[in-house]
Amino acid sequence: MQHLIILSLILPLLGGLLMLLPPINVSRVRQRNFALALSAAAILISALLLQQAQQGVIGVYALGDWAAPFGIVLVADRLSTLMLMLTSVLAFCSLLYTFGPRNEDGSFFQPLLQFQILGINGAFMTGDLFNLFVFFEILLIASYGLLMFGGGKTRTRAGLHYVILNLAGSAIFLFALGILYGTLGTLNIADLAQKVQHLDPGEAPLVRAGGLMLLIVFGLKAAMLPLQFWLPAAYAASTPAVAALFAIMTKVGIYAILRVFTVIFGDAAGPLSHIAGAWLWPLGLMTILIGAIGVLASQDLRRLIANLIIVSVGTLLAVIALERENATAAALYYLLHSTLISAGLFLLADLIARQRGKVGDRLVPGRGLGQNRLLGALFFIGAIAVIGMPPLAGFVGKALMLSAASSVAEMSWLWPLVLGSSLVALITLSRAGSTLFWNLSGKPAEIVRANPVQLLAVVILLAMPLLLSVFAGPVTGMMAATAQQLHDVQGQIGSVLQPVTQMVEVK
Amino acid sequence: MEALYAFCVGVLTASGVFLLLRGRTFPVVVGLTLLSYGVNLFLFATGRLNVSDAAVLGAGSNHSDPLPQALVLTAIVIGFAMTAFVVILAMRARGDLGNDHVDGRVPEIVLDSEERN
Repeated sequence: MQHLIILSLILPLLGGLLMLLPPINVSRVRQRNFALALSAAAILISALLLQQAQQGVIGVYALGDWAAPFGIVLVADRLSTLMLMLTSVLAFCSLLYTFGPRNEDGSFFQPLLQFQILGINGAFMTGDLFNLFVFFEILLIASYGLLMFGGGKTRTRAGLHYVILNLAGSAIFLFALGILYGTLGTLNIADLAQKVQHLDPGEAPLVRAGGLMLLIVFGLKAAMLPLQFWLPAAYAASTPAVAALFAIMTKVGIYAILRVFTVIFGDAAGPLSHIAGAWLWPLGLMTILIGAIGVLASQDLRRLIANLIIVSVGTLLAVIALERENATAAALYYLLHSTLISAGLFLLADLIARQRGKVGDRLVPGRGLGQNRLLGALFFIGAIAVIGMPPLAGFVGKALMLSAASSVAEMSWLWPLVLGSSLVALITLSRAGSTLFWNLSGKPAEIVRANPVQLLAVVILLAMPLLLSVFAGPVTGMMAATAQQLHDVQGQIGSVLQPVTQMVEVK
Repeated sequence: MEALYAFCVGVLTASGVFLLLRGRTFPVVVGLTLLSYGVNLFLFATGRLNVSDAAVLGAGSNHSDPLPQALVLTAIVIGFAMTAFVVILAMRARGDLGNDHVDGRVPEIVLDSEERN
């Protein structure tokens, strides 16, 4: 059963490759069905891994059986398996959406989707920083292809910015890795966490610089304030299934921030502990603000949702900056919710745009929708969830995050911004909803009905906030355990480096 | 040797960053390439600079750190692929957008100065 960990990477890799070969690549339908089978298997594997990790054991898979600091390890702890599960569910729903009519998917679309999943899964599972870089590059190069799918001016322009920014980010990532390796002599996350505790004080500023350069790179992926300008254009330009899958991409950055700055530069790091908090806190809060301004200024539905993602990223970063267990747990709960709901809204926006004909998803009065009531109801549920109104999970998540702020200084910054951004979202989404569904200039020219499979994908994603709030008790318990395991740095070092410490003792 | 090496890395990086901030796609691509050269040299130096050390364990008393070499090799391969991609993308953008500016439109200031000339 230990090979399940590597299976989560091999499955999309080999599956994606097989899709390029004759028996499957002859027809799109075959590719899609094969991809759906792969995706269902991925959900099964993630569920098994998640269930194993929930027993509190950290699964460590040494590639090539090279022990931890010398070889590359994959780590399946509570957090990484949780993110794996989230990716699998999201990928399944995006894939379902490609079953609809009029999709601009060529024969390379499905393989690219699998390679994207490979990169995301790898980034979540790896226990080595250089390996994280490699998986980042895999997910990026797949995302470049996916983003540009279908072509067109807006996509090319958004794609060019996205690619150049991320290439510059990769260069900074390598500089940071070089500094960390040059000073600490290792790139294994657990080993780094151990070595940073016994660091020569003279080298501390260098390591600090390396660590903060990593923050820039992860901030670029997560769309943190000065680095978030690429996101609305890129997400609004991509095809709906891709935009839905991209909802997890910002979370890869947030995951990396959480992993590196809790484990390596966490409580135990001596003079270098909590180096990111001082930057994350103001930048996260400012990200909320700029996201809220973007939400108010959005002229079309997809750009509006992309800006809502920026708001949620800012909220998550600000809460993570508190660097406490209960704050991390609250952030994780909200992360699950915000990823699923923004993906669902992207798909829903496409369904709405198709039924509105020429006006598309622009927020102007149009001719009405073929299924006004159905999509209107779905939009209402999605809006309630993303704003964070009871009874859905957004409310629970936001309430948990607000209560994680303990001191007056924290409350006086976090509360107004989070609540204010919710109000802005409420106003903008009410305005958008009334324009889309009520401010009609006539009957639709032709009745377009939503494809049932696509509708199913949207319904699954929009049902998740409901499930998360119905099972809020067990889920928050799970998040608390996850946060506790993440903050237990010694425990992680112990389980990842265990075989080697034994070897040293024998010596 | 260390000073010369550091100087080279610094100059490559500085030129890379300068070119990266230009408005047209060609200098940006060249800038990315220079930046990746600088990064590769930098990574190479993280194993410390040693002259005539053995590359293989057991072949001599001093041996060089093999890990940075492996890292650089990976970084070069990835950087090469990414550069190829961005070159094709820049050409595609030139075709799709009708000009080679990164924002897809010619800034007005540039137009003015061209008209004056």
